[in-house]
Amino acid sequence: MKHLRSIPELGADGLTRLLELTNHMVEVNRRPVPKVPALRGRTVVSLFFEDSTRTRLSFETAAKRLSADTMTFSVSTSSVNKGESLRDTVETITDMGVDAFVVRHKSAGIPWQISDWTTAAVVNAGDGWHQHPTQALVDCFTVREARGCERFDGLTLTIVGDIKHSRVARSNIAAFSMLGAQIVLVAPPTLLPPDVAHWPVTVSHSLDDVVGRTDILYMLRLQSERMSQGHVPNLREYSERFGLDARRLAMLPSDAVVMHPGPMNRGVEMLIDPSALPNSLIHRQVANGVSVRMAVLFDLLAGESSAGNLREVAP
Amino acid sequence: MKRDNNAKRGSNAKRFVLKGGTIVDSRGERRAEVAIEGGVVVEVGEALSGDAIDAGGAVIAPGFVDLHAHLREPGKEEAETIETGSRAGAKGGYTALVAMPNTDPPQDSVAVVDFVREQGRRAGLVEVVPSGCITLGRQGEALAPMAELAAAGVRIFTDDGNGVQDELLMRRAMEYGRGLDVTLAQHCEVATLTKGAVMNECQCCTTLGLPGWPAVAEELMVFRDIELARLTGARVHFLHLSTARSVDLVRAAKRDGLPITAEVTPHHLSLDETRLMSFDTVYKVNPPLRSPRDIAALRKGVLDGTIDALATDHAPHPRRDKELSLDQAPPGMLGLETALGVALGVLEIDLPHLVRIMSINPARIAGIEARHGRDIEPGAPANLVVFDPNITWQVAPDELASKSRNTPFVGMTLRGRVRHTIFGGDFTVLDGEAQR
Repeated sequence: MKHLRSIPELGADGLTRLLELTNHMVEVNRRPVPKVPALRGRTVVSLFFEDSTRTRLSFETAAKRLSADTMTFSVSTSSVNKGESLRDTVETITDMGVDAFVVRHKSAGIPWQISDWTTAAVVNAGDGWHQHPTQALVDCFTVREARGCERFDGLTLTIVGDIKHSRVARSNIAAFSMLGAQIVLVAPPTLLPPDVAHWPVTVSHSLDDVVGRTDILYMLRLQSERMSQGHVPNLREYSERFGLDARRLAMLPSDAVVMHPGPMNRGVEMLIDPSALPNSLIHRQVANGVSVRMAVLFDLLAGESSAGNLREVAP
Repeated sequence: MKRDNNAKRGSNAKRFVLKGGTIVDSRGERRAEVAIEGGVVVEVGEALSGDAIDAGGAVIAPGFVDLHAHLREPGKEEAETIETGSRAGAKGGYTALVAMPNTDPPQDSVAVVDFVREQGRRAGLVEVVPSGCITLGRQGEALAPMAELAAAGVRIFTDDGNGVQDELLMRRAMEYGRGLDVTLAQHCEVATLTKGAVMNECQCCTTLGLPGWPAVAEELMVFRDIELARLTGARVHFLHLSTARSVDLVRAAKRDGLPITAEVTPHHLSLDETRLMSFDTVYKVNPPLRSPRDIAALRKGVLDGTIDALATDHAPHPRRDKELSLDQAPPGMLGLETALGVALGVLEIDLPHLVRIMSINPARIAGIEARHGRDIEPGAPANLVVFDPNITWQVAPDELASKSRNTPFVGMTLRGRVRHTIFGGDFTVLDGEAQR
């Protein structure tokens, strides 16, 4: 069974294939009735151990536009503590006859554990601090669309903020470097993982130093709990040094774009009204989310038995 | 497998002779036969009379002593009972197990300690040696009744699973313990540095996005307790050391003549942090699997005598507990039945030294040297192991005597296998088969 668990596991060829397939899905979504029968009879289950309405809705919309049936299994981690093991949960749902699990969990590695226990495909919708591969696909697709290029050679992606706890950062570092981008991480050392020396990145602790030399400025969300854990003394100090304000916006090259995976923390990492950003891709990220997830589900589930499906999808 | 043949089982009073083996004990190696009768070694020599038990080509040594076994009873009998843990121990060549105190209720009262010892006696497969808690409920807030526990026979105290965080309380425990002539065994972990940690803090955890357990969280407490031992004169034992710098600290402390001892586990000598790349919870253990550099330093520490004992940290968990996410699954792995095979598989160690770290030293540290780890000579209690040091084998989880299956050694080739284990003159294991 094929899975989408991480960008490194997907590999550069898989990444390119899914980005190409997304073009077809964008076309489907432009139709008056944005729905195709490609996955009719297939069942996709969202297994969300951590709340994420946006990602879950994006996946479920994608599944429905491909005519798959969807089920939602929202589990609070506490109910797992009541005695049912994760494996029991997965096996029970598998027995109902499902074709794919879309999984979100606060612990890294869950998609690998689950794929040992089910015959269904597993899509990682975020595992702890580890990976969020569909977000990276969305971001790569959005940059391709904005820049009109297939590869990112010569472009600099600057990721700002809480890299340490970010599955978005880990996925994007892998994906953007596969497509040739240079990557700069900007964060105080407390918000960087312990050992990034082996990553294909350069590190800066000053946004002012690097903002003038970036093509893609990627702002990460800073959760307020990082303050109580002592990663930053207070939010004001963080936003002064790592927030996007009017002054830094003016330092950004004119053709550079701004991205954010959402949900945004206004007044923390985003100090200006994002609707006032001249070159924001934030809305495109959300819009492309459905197309990318359609591509992922189609790629995993359409299979050879429905080879004709691609014709139904393709114009 | 049960056997009816009482002569073969060597039922206590009946005399039998181990033939064809090589004795390895503190006096070195020598070929000799060993006659056992009435629970003791009665004769060592050539051509002894009595029912012959084949020890051909094997090592005859004092039975192994594990300083670190979680037998889970009372409280978590779903994972292990004192009987199943004792059987696993016997299969691993052990004749004594120090039972860790993180039971439910914990071993912080005479009643619980007596219960554990009595359950051990009832099972009759090894000597179960209860440790006592340093603090009440292992909460790190107030001392357990150490004198009462010592009077009930406890010789080694630990809050294992937790380190005692409070410096003043640990100082008091050492001072009080020195007056009782007991050993304080520390699980070295500064808890504020390891909150939520799942694996070693390293390159690997950076990429996997798993919260890291930094080596310094262990080393700080090793250093602290060495200095407190220097201050108080207490006997201190370090449980499951896992880092290179911890070994250096203990080496320096021993050079200063401090009464410090230390143990390592088979898994910290053999498995590194990259195992977690599979996200298999069987590799989640506390302290975590470390780097190849740490593994090399631990092996060196064993070989140069800095590390006194191999201890299993045998930590059974039922399937459903390990089938949780990595952040929720409990740490720990099985060890009793694989310790010898792992040790011989990864350590370039001579047999007398192996017997020192698996039997003689841990018996002394546990305060049971009168009955275990003794030289094999007339009058010694017949607590012995007979093992084949060169046989290689692979672990089959279904053949384990433990009630749990969380062994990380599946598929690994181990070297050295137990042939017979003799406890109190009885065969608990004969030809590799548990007798009861």
